[in-house]
Amino acid sequence: MNRLEIENLGISFGGIKAVDSVSFSAAAGEVTSIIGPNGAGKTTLFNLISGVYAADTGHVRIEGADVTGEPPHRLARRGMARTFQNLQIFPQMTALDNVMTGCHLRETSNLLADLLGLPSSLRETAKSRGLALSALERVGLANLAARPASELSYGQLKRLEIARALVTGCSILLLDEPAAGCNAVETREVDDLIHAIADEGVCVVLIEHDMRMVMRISSHIVVLDQGSKIAEGKPEEIRDNERVIAAYLGAHGAAEARAAHA
Amino acid sequence: MNPTLKALLITLALVVAGALIFPSSYYFRVGSLIWINTISVTGIVVLLGYVGLVSLGHAGFFAIGAYAVAVLPGYGVPSGAALFVGAAAAGLLAMVIGRPILRLSGYYLAIATLGLGMLIWMVLTKESWLTGGPDGMVVAGFNPRHWFALVGIKMKSTEAWYWLTGLVATIGVVLAVNLGNSPWGRALRAVHDSDVAASSLGVDVARAKVVAFAISAVYAAVAGSLLALANGYITPDTAGFMHSVEMVTMAVLGGATTVYGAIVGSLILTALPQVLTFVAEYEHIVLGGVMVATMVAMRRGLVPALGDLAHRLAMRGRSK
Ligand SMILES: Nc1ncnc2c1ncn2[C@@H]1O[C@H](COP(=O)(O)OP(=O)(O)O)[C@@H](O)[C@H]1O
Ligand SMILES: [Mg+2]
Repeated sequence: MNRLEIENLGISFGGIKAVDSVSFSAAAGEVTSIIGPNGAGKTTLFNLISGVYAADTGHVRIEGADVTGEPPHRLARRGMARTFQNLQIFPQMTALDNVMTGCHLRETSNLLADLLGLPSSLRETAKSRGLALSALERVGLANLAARPASELSYGQLKRLEIARALVTGCSILLLDEPAAGCNAVETREVDDLIHAIADEGVCVVLIEHDMRMVMRISSHIVVLDQGSKIAEGKPEEIRDNERVIAAYLGAHGAAEARAAHA
Repeated sequence: MNPTLKALLITLALVVAGALIFPSSYYFRVGSLIWINTISVTGIVVLLGYVGLVSLGHAGFFAIGAYAVAVLPGYGVPSGAALFVGAAAAGLLAMVIGRPILRLSGYYLAIATLGLGMLIWMVLTKESWLTGGPDGMVVAGFNPRHWFALVGIKMKSTEAWYWLTGLVATIGVVLAVNLGNSPWGRALRAVHDSDVAASSLGVDVARAKVVAFAISAVYAAVAGSLLALANGYITPDTAGFMHSVEMVTMAVLGGATTVYGAIVGSLILTALPQVLTFVAEYEHIVLGGVMVATMVAMRRGLVPALGDLAHRLAMRGRSK
């Protein structure tokens, strides 16, 4: 049994199938990548898995339990965390507070204690601050902890979202283009970070355009085109798959690529 | 400095400063109104500034608090206890009504809350047997002077009311600051900035909104009880639309993202009309002009704008 199982998941917008009956599974301790051209339905697939959209068809299972239709905050309780392609940070908070918010499910103080500023509430906040600082350290943003999040660069915000997801203590992590807006050095750092996260036993599902990164760190790759899964396999299988090349380059480009190969 | 201590010291300092400089009972009376408004507007800051929800119906909750202390003593409940009953009733009503209407946002929510306020106003106007109808009702005498006399402090009633409202406002401000820096506060502010991200982190967005709505309703009700007791008289107009608008205006003018905005907004919009009475005819023009000019020049409200300015000056000072 895989930690995350997706079965025939689908959704239509105005008659167009943005995600069409997609199935795959993702194992703990591995990086499973979703690739495909722009508009293929990758982000929509994440929105279905994480409960942002309600699926028209199909099922999502976590550790064998059917969680289809559960709202995002319940899925978070089950250990799912994610980042967003079109950043969803908290711009009015500092970088540190952004990450501390990720500790929400660990915090056990009640509303009354929070209002009265009781020791139980202050203790929770101190604990969250410690966790958030080490997460910021881990993504290389510790020196920016006190800055308003709105002052961070795009690449930094991408990593801020990773830190915020990490402090939840997730067992399933969905990353939507985490290296977008990063330079070569930063991309390499994100790459190492994702590797390390997976090595800790987290089930990582990655959407990424940087093919070198995908080929380097994925155990398993799922290819989407126009909402459908067109291929699936190990990196070396995907690299040589005709349908994948065609989807990326168009039929004409594929023919050229074949000719170049021959 | 610890934000709780800072809030406590700043608010207390303002209460004491007022008491030291006020030359007459009239000033103490206006001062009480400022602190009563600070209480209800602090509730608006929790709702609007922390979570980002607009309510145009909070005068309804205010009136629930006001009528609780007006009606319940007739049934043998002491005024002090009636205040707590009113606050609890407002909080419960907010939780029950909040579930369905807080699914709305923006101006849809504004209109729904407006309707809620109107309903409460209507009940207070129609149920004359209980509320005295449109003429309102007398609120049984309650004088905090006696409380202060118990601990050996002698003062006039207006002064006693000033100190009582000032102390309750201080508590209200401190609680709101505690909340803002707590786990719940971070969850509320997360909903303000991105409800999608908040829910992905496990925040139950619907619940967070209801909680903030109920807290702000309790603040409004407590303020309402204090006003009714201080005035000794109450009419359904306390539940009126203009009063709801006034609360939101005070919060936005002062700066809805911070409790200090609640204090400054209440201070200016309570004191200014009093100051302007000597230009009677032009009062509304000046008041309107001040509001328009402030919002154009300082969109986020006075306190955040002045905070930014101070920050910029400090940065410039350092770079020289
Ligand atoms: N909420 C929505 N309403 C309508 N169309 C949508 C919505 N979300 C996604 N789509 C459509 O679904 C398709 C897939 O988009 P997306 O998942 O963002 O692609 P990708 O992430 O692979 O680039 C696009 O055609 C997009 O316009
Ligand atoms: Mg996308």
